Amino acid sequence: MANVPLPPATSPPRPNRAFWRDDRFIQFAAQFIVLAIVAGLLFLAFRNMADSLARQGIALGFGFLENAAGFDIGESLIRYANTDTFSRALLVGLLNTLLVSVLGIILATLLGIVVGIARLSGNWLVNRLAWLFIELMRNVPLLVLLIFIYTAFFLKLPRARQAISLGPLYLSNRGVAIPWGEPTETWPIYLYILIAAVGLAILAATGLRLWQERSGRPKPIVLPTLFVLLGIAGIGWLVLPQPPLQVTTPEIAAFNFKGGLVLTPEFMALLLGLVIYTAAFIGEIVRAGIQAVPKGQVEAARALGLSGRRTLQLVVFPQALRVIVPPLTSQYLNLTKNSSLAVAIGYPDLFAISGTIINQTGRAVEMIAIVMAVYLSVSLLTSVAMNWYNRRVRLVER
Amino acid sequence: MTTSTSTSSLAPPAGVLPPPTERYTVLGWLRKNLFSTWYNALLTVIFAAVIILVARGMAEWALTQARWEVIGANLRLFLVGQYPAATTWRAWACVVLLALLIGLSWGIWGRGQRAGAIALGVLPFALALIAQEEARVPLLITGAAGLIGFALSFWRGVRLQRIAIIAWVVYFPLVIVLISGFGGADSPLPLVPTNLWGGLLLTLLLTVVGIVFSFPLGVLLALGRQSSLPIVRSLSVIYIEVVRGVPLITVLFMAQLMLPLFLPGVTIDRVVRAMAGIVLFSAAYLAENVRGGLQAIPRGQYEAARALGLNTWKMMLLIILPQALKAIIPILVGQFIALFKDTSLVVIVGLLELMGIAKAVLAQPDFLGLQAEVYLFVALIYGLFCYLMSAFSQRLERRLSTGRA
Repeated sequence: MANVPLPPATSPPRPNRAFWRDDRFIQFAAQFIVLAIVAGLLFLAFRNMADSLARQGIALGFGFLENAAGFDIGESLIRYANTDTFSRALLVGLLNTLLVSVLGIILATLLGIVVGIARLSGNWLVNRLAWLFIELMRNVPLLVLLIFIYTAFFLKLPRARQAISLGPLYLSNRGVAIPWGEPTETWPIYLYILIAAVGLAILAATGLRLWQERSGRPKPIVLPTLFVLLGIAGIGWLVLPQPPLQVTTPEIAAFNFKGGLVLTPEFMALLLGLVIYTAAFIGEIVRAGIQAVPKGQVEAARALGLSGRRTLQLVVFPQALRVIVPPLTSQYLNLTKNSSLAVAIGYPDLFAISGTIINQTGRAVEMIAIVMAVYLSVSLLTSVAMNWYNRRVRLVER
Repeated sequence: MTTSTSTSSLAPPAGVLPPPTERYTVLGWLRKNLFSTWYNALLTVIFAAVIILVARGMAEWALTQARWEVIGANLRLFLVGQYPAATTWRAWACVVLLALLIGLSWGIWGRGQRAGAIALGVLPFALALIAQEEARVPLLITGAAGLIGFALSFWRGVRLQRIAIIAWVVYFPLVIVLISGFGGADSPLPLVPTNLWGGLLLTLLLTVVGIVFSFPLGVLLALGRQSSLPIVRSLSVIYIEVVRGVPLITVLFMAQLMLPLFLPGVTIDRVVRAMAGIVLFSAAYLAENVRGGLQAIPRGQYEAARALGLNTWKMMLLIILPQALKAIIPILVGQFIALFKDTSLVVIVGLLELMGIAKAVLAQPDFLGLQAEVYLFVALIYGLFCYLMSAFSQRLERRLSTGRA
């Protein structure tokens, strides 16, 4: 859909026309009036707000952010104690929001692709199941889903002592325990080795790609790159005097788990809810994208002698991506914004922590401004990144 | 949308016979759809086993362990919250009017959809059989109203179309007036304070208010965004993008905490504040949908309107908007479904709509720990309404696209 600009409303000015019937004057006046009304309303609102706040003895300002928070946070990616400042508490919330959003986006994309392909499957059972899943998810509010998963599933799991064991995983009402590597003394050095490995792998991939484009012949790219990456990472692991990560598996102790990493029920419920809800929408997007590739493209590719796999890889997916990426972007943004529903199940994300701060300090105006600004910037960054990707995959026309 | 356009473009021209349809025996169907290759057979077996296990477990839970009495005991709460019993007839009046309108519209536009008509027509009577004593008569009246509406459609036929459309437009504001009432105790419809609204009633009212008020606002914003006046355009763009960039819950919180600060001296109760938040939020999304419709209108339409000497407002109202809005009706229905689902968020600011009632019910000492039953029931209500709306929107889409072709 091309952006159809309105045809200019101006007609050539006639000298004998009154100035208030001149289109240019009308346009100018209309804009001026709109601006005046909006500015007036905003001014009134702000004056009233300042008055009400003054009556309550609150002065607007962000200085309070440096006061001690005084509340605990259930889970945090960085070191946090209740003697830290409000701004650090907010940072903890932001990191939690980002963690659940990034993990959610990755997992929802993977599951969404599976669902979308299942919707196109020739197998009637698989097809109908994917349809049922999509309809179930799309017709129930996310909040209902989240609270259902949290209260009716994760909190109803047995106590830690009777935890359900799935291989090395344990499910209990204290959360999900998974094996996890504890960093040892050599971890910081290993981090540099890993960064070097990724850098060299990117270098290798670029070089191989250039070579392929120069020679005009397909060259192996993926396997050598992986070899470089894993080779350096593996050698680094062996060379260091002590393994950088001490892998521990969870064990059931008296009341809780020992070792491993315990993911809280709040985190798991939020992540699971966001992932399956968004995956249903992504599934429909993927299906529509693949169906949007004309059948003739597949037939032409097969007629050229491409194998089934190469047809998908070289002909179908690149064209489907063009249709998929824009709506996928808005799903990613939705997932990030929806993560604010964490407040309903007690996961300490940005919004939940700002709510706690509002309750403690009464600084509603400042906190709402901060939270809105943060979500706006995250949305903006995501859409900038996805638009960059969209430009890369879109059709290059003459 | 893709499917409907592709089917309409692939429809054979008149006079050409369609290809013969494939006919299968049961075994042939099974082989083609479930066991075509070895991995399809494997998938079928695995999924069938999983389905049987899950379905058996759920059926066992639902029939033996679940305590469904929590729903029956609190049904009134779930449906209307604390809405006073003396004025419940108003809620029923809305339902009866709705049945009348649906019957009428079905008769006018939906002839030929016999299965759906029978299912909807029988539904109130079937519900009346299993309903509690007090709901039986209103349900029977509802069913009768649906039948009367359907019968009416045969009386005047096509000429009723305009009346039916106007009736639909009038219906939603009427619902708001009926439920809220006006004036003191001596007026014919005494005011019901909004803190007594609850349950499904509140959910639906939040949706209706959201639709009625955000629609004009959204159209204005869309026109503003398309405008050639730079200040109007940038104000609209800023509003739309800011609102679309933040979660609904922050807008609701802002309405809850900051509206009283903006308007001191005026007491606005919590429900109205939530409604304001929903309207402001929904308008930005509607504006983007309307903009899509506006962009789909060919440039020639604008030029033709100008050539006829229409000014900007007349051009928009008489030529552009009718076409743009018709083109996006299915998208609008989708937006309204999203709005309906989004109203569940007001539970976070402490309102007693369906989710709020569910929380309150779960706090009753008799029904502790019955989250699965209660939330499944709530999900069922949401699912039913959303499914009906989206089925309606798909019908509409098919009708509209055939009308255009």
